[in-house]
Amino acid sequence: MPTATLTDAARRAVSDVCEVRDAEPLDGVDGVVPTLVARPTTTEGVAAVLRAAAGHGLTVVPRGRGTKLSWGRPPTSADVLLDLSGLDRLIDHAAGDLIVAAEAGMTLAELQQHVGGAGQRLCVDETVPGASVGGTLVANTSGPRRLVAGTMRDLLIGITVVRADGVVAKAGGRVVKNVAGYDLGKLMIGSFGTLAVVTEATFRLHPVPAARRWVTAPVEDARHAQRLAQEVIHSQCVPAAVEIDWPPVAGGVLTVLVEGRAEGVDARAATVRGLLGDFATETEDPPAGWSAYPWGSPEEGAERPTSLKLTFALSGLGAVLATARELDAEVPIAVSGSAGAGVAHAAIPAEAPVEGVSAAVERLRETCSRHGGSAVVLDAPAAVKAAVDPWGPVAALALMRRVKDQFDPDHRLSPGRFVGGI
Amino acid sequence: MTSTGGAGAEPTGVAAVARRAAELLPEAGVITDHARLRTYECDGLTHYRVTPALVVIPEDAGQLAGIIAACAEHDVPYVARGSGTGLSGGALPHAEGVLVVTSRMRAIREVRREDQRAVVEPGVINLDVTRAATPHGYYYAPDPSSQQVCSIGGNLAENSGGAHCLKYGFTANHVLAADLVTPDGELVTLGGTAPDSPGYDLLGAVVGSEGTLGIATSVTVRLTRLPEEVRTVLVGFESTDQAGAATSAIIAAGVLPAAIEMMDALAIEAAEAAVHCNYPEGAGAVLVIELDGAADEVEQEYAEVERLCRDHGAFEQRLATDPADRALIWKGRKSAFAAVGRISPDYIVQDGVIPRTALPEVLHAIAELSASSGVRVANVFHAGDGNLHPLVLFDDAVEGAGEAAEQVSGAILDLCIQHGGSITGEHGVGVDKAAYMPRMYSDEDLDTMQLVRCAFDPRGISNPGKIFPTPRLCGEVPGRHKGPHPLQQAGLAEVF
Repeated sequence: MPTATLTDAARRAVSDVCEVRDAEPLDGVDGVVPTLVARPTTTEGVAAVLRAAAGHGLTVVPRGRGTKLSWGRPPTSADVLLDLSGLDRLIDHAAGDLIVAAEAGMTLAELQQHVGGAGQRLCVDETVPGASVGGTLVANTSGPRRLVAGTMRDLLIGITVVRADGVVAKAGGRVVKNVAGYDLGKLMIGSFGTLAVVTEATFRLHPVPAARRWVTAPVEDARHAQRLAQEVIHSQCVPAAVEIDWPPVAGGVLTVLVEGRAEGVDARAATVRGLLGDFATETEDPPAGWSAYPWGSPEEGAERPTSLKLTFALSGLGAVLATARELDAEVPIAVSGSAGAGVAHAAIPAEAPVEGVSAAVERLRETCSRHGGSAVVLDAPAAVKAAVDPWGPVAALALMRRVKDQFDPDHRLSPGRFVGGI
Repeated sequence: MTSTGGAGAEPTGVAAVARRAAELLPEAGVITDHARLRTYECDGLTHYRVTPALVVIPEDAGQLAGIIAACAEHDVPYVARGSGTGLSGGALPHAEGVLVVTSRMRAIREVRREDQRAVVEPGVINLDVTRAATPHGYYYAPDPSSQQVCSIGGNLAENSGGAHCLKYGFTANHVLAADLVTPDGELVTLGGTAPDSPGYDLLGAVVGSEGTLGIATSVTVRLTRLPEEVRTVLVGFESTDQAGAATSAIIAAGVLPAAIEMMDALAIEAAEAAVHCNYPEGAGAVLVIELDGAADEVEQEYAEVERLCRDHGAFEQRLATDPADRALIWKGRKSAFAAVGRISPDYIVQDGVIPRTALPEVLHAIAELSASSGVRVANVFHAGDGNLHPLVLFDDAVEGAGEAAEQVSGAILDLCIQHGGSITGEHGVGVDKAAYMPRMYSDEDLDTMQLVRCAFDPRGISNPGKIFPTPRLCGEVPGRHKGPHPLQQAGLAEVF
């Protein structure tokens, strides 16, 4: 494992401004073990660490709760692991205005618990257990409810970041409607910690609906799944989620979530049942595995499965499912995700042969791209990451590099983790 | 800009761009005649006027990219213009620059029901997207009041909202992809038909960047399913306090209407005079509340809204019974800006935003400002999301009236900032509010935003002078000559 040794001066510079410790193997970022772990507890503290790192040319990898740190490519260097779990405070919950501001290291679950007390929710699913607010934002994870409320992109209204040079900057604000200045928040979403370090974020909230109902029906094949999904999205029953669960080999289930007022939900769920056919069933609790990714939570130390994010135009759902099924002969692929939004996730077991996985990634990529989307390998065993380009082809990469060069000209933030080696 | 050289010399500056434009575009697409140039001197914010040096009206992305490449090559600033309805001077031309008008790029290329998408050119009128989608059971959700004339390209530049963005969001939430001509003259595709394209969300940065990061030549938008049921109710209150309290109660009850709009007595008076919308007589405030969605859901929500309005002092609630009725209710609201012209020769429209719970306090403060200055203020606003549109009335023929109105207007923006709000909710910063940006953002904030500008437009030629009060130097610019031009240094040319 590459561990650089820092000069005494560099180590002192960081430890002068922040609590630090030597990194252990468990602090590794996809196998790259950093030298120091710095754990500031305020935005100012983060700024001090980044200024010290800038002064000594140190590379820095930010970490929220460490639940997705192996996603992307391994960094090319990680002198300092910037542990943000100490920035875990709720800054402001203005229930009457339906907004909440929190520090980036707070867990999403804690945030939800807090705003839930006022009958409100941040309408993004916790797809990775234990994830932080900031990690959810920079990895841009989403679950079933993206159909009704979008993703972090649609919920974030204000952001505070610390640049690689240690400058603290804000964009947006505390009101939902605001077009003053560039929307830097959107640039941070899905940026994998390569542009700046997010320390605080403000979101719009939604009321928790009084009632919810899940309507589930088996699908015969990919074409059937496509037809049912289309019927639901073109109906006027305003589904909150339309999910497909597509296990390896055979079978499949389409689930529609309806949320709202009790009396209204009854009638809407009945409409959905009518659309989904005779075998549709209705429950008041989510089906097993709801809002979880298909790869589950691998045990500590175990080799991780290959985890993909697939996106496609809605008319491409059937093709994506059919491709996954055809590939089952080579490697088993489990797919689940938002049939109604054009985003699904796929899991291939860790023990599948590298050549088979590579071929499967290529096939899925080809299908998704034919339908206006992409296939990104979020995580995979090291051998797979070495064999495939996890990010795949990216349009406007040259412009992205120019943005990176402006924000982090020395390429010291999470170097190499992102698209095109950014 | 440097002047054109003598006979036989290669033209420079705007003259060079004009020559390239003449090669690329049909004759009607290149305007150099001064009288005709003057027809483009302002956008919807008419008190700023600048005659552009050249107007080009390209017909396709290739022509547009060619013009911008020429601007880049000759370091000539340019400004994009859609329908010219913007209210912050975002499309105010540059005196030594090119105005690029997209009104001939008006094709709706695709409406794909199965994907819930439409692909349109930037000059397409907002409402025409909805018209094209309606036969498929769909519509385009963002609905600025100017939707009958404003363009999708302009909406993208300004991240336009509208009355219904309370529930459905803004342009940024509905644009999935765009082909963009960058300030280098290159054509790039940002985003995709599918969501969550890998890489930085450059599209997210471009939407709302007011034409400073490039010009969109094709825009892929999300289409929204037409609701099964729509209910529009006009509610009369004695005061804005009551109407504000009712608004807060509705939101607190977990109801998310498609729109909640408020007008105060002066705005109602103006609307009545202009369009005879038959609003409740003697009302100190009206709310226009629209609920939409699945019929069974709307039924429940309406019962709740009606009760909450009654509890908060509503003296009249009028539910629209048919589409004509609904249109009349909306006509009063949507014509409010123009209607104010009936009661005042001149007015300034503000666009500040406050947290919704601060509404009563801020409205009182505005009333006090108005009383102490003698400047009348009519209030029309998106109450649901706290986006105020105070109309500050004045008569420019009266000496000092314009300045007094400006002062009140600025003080209102300060109120918004003090309450944790924004100086603009949907009209944009443009030239109009650039000077107010430092009141909302620190130097570091503005500097960081401009890093994006430097990445896209290191020469600073794309709509310069908008949004940011002070441009940032971008460091090394490839191909840009540093210091005086060699000819200038040799004493062979002058810059003027």
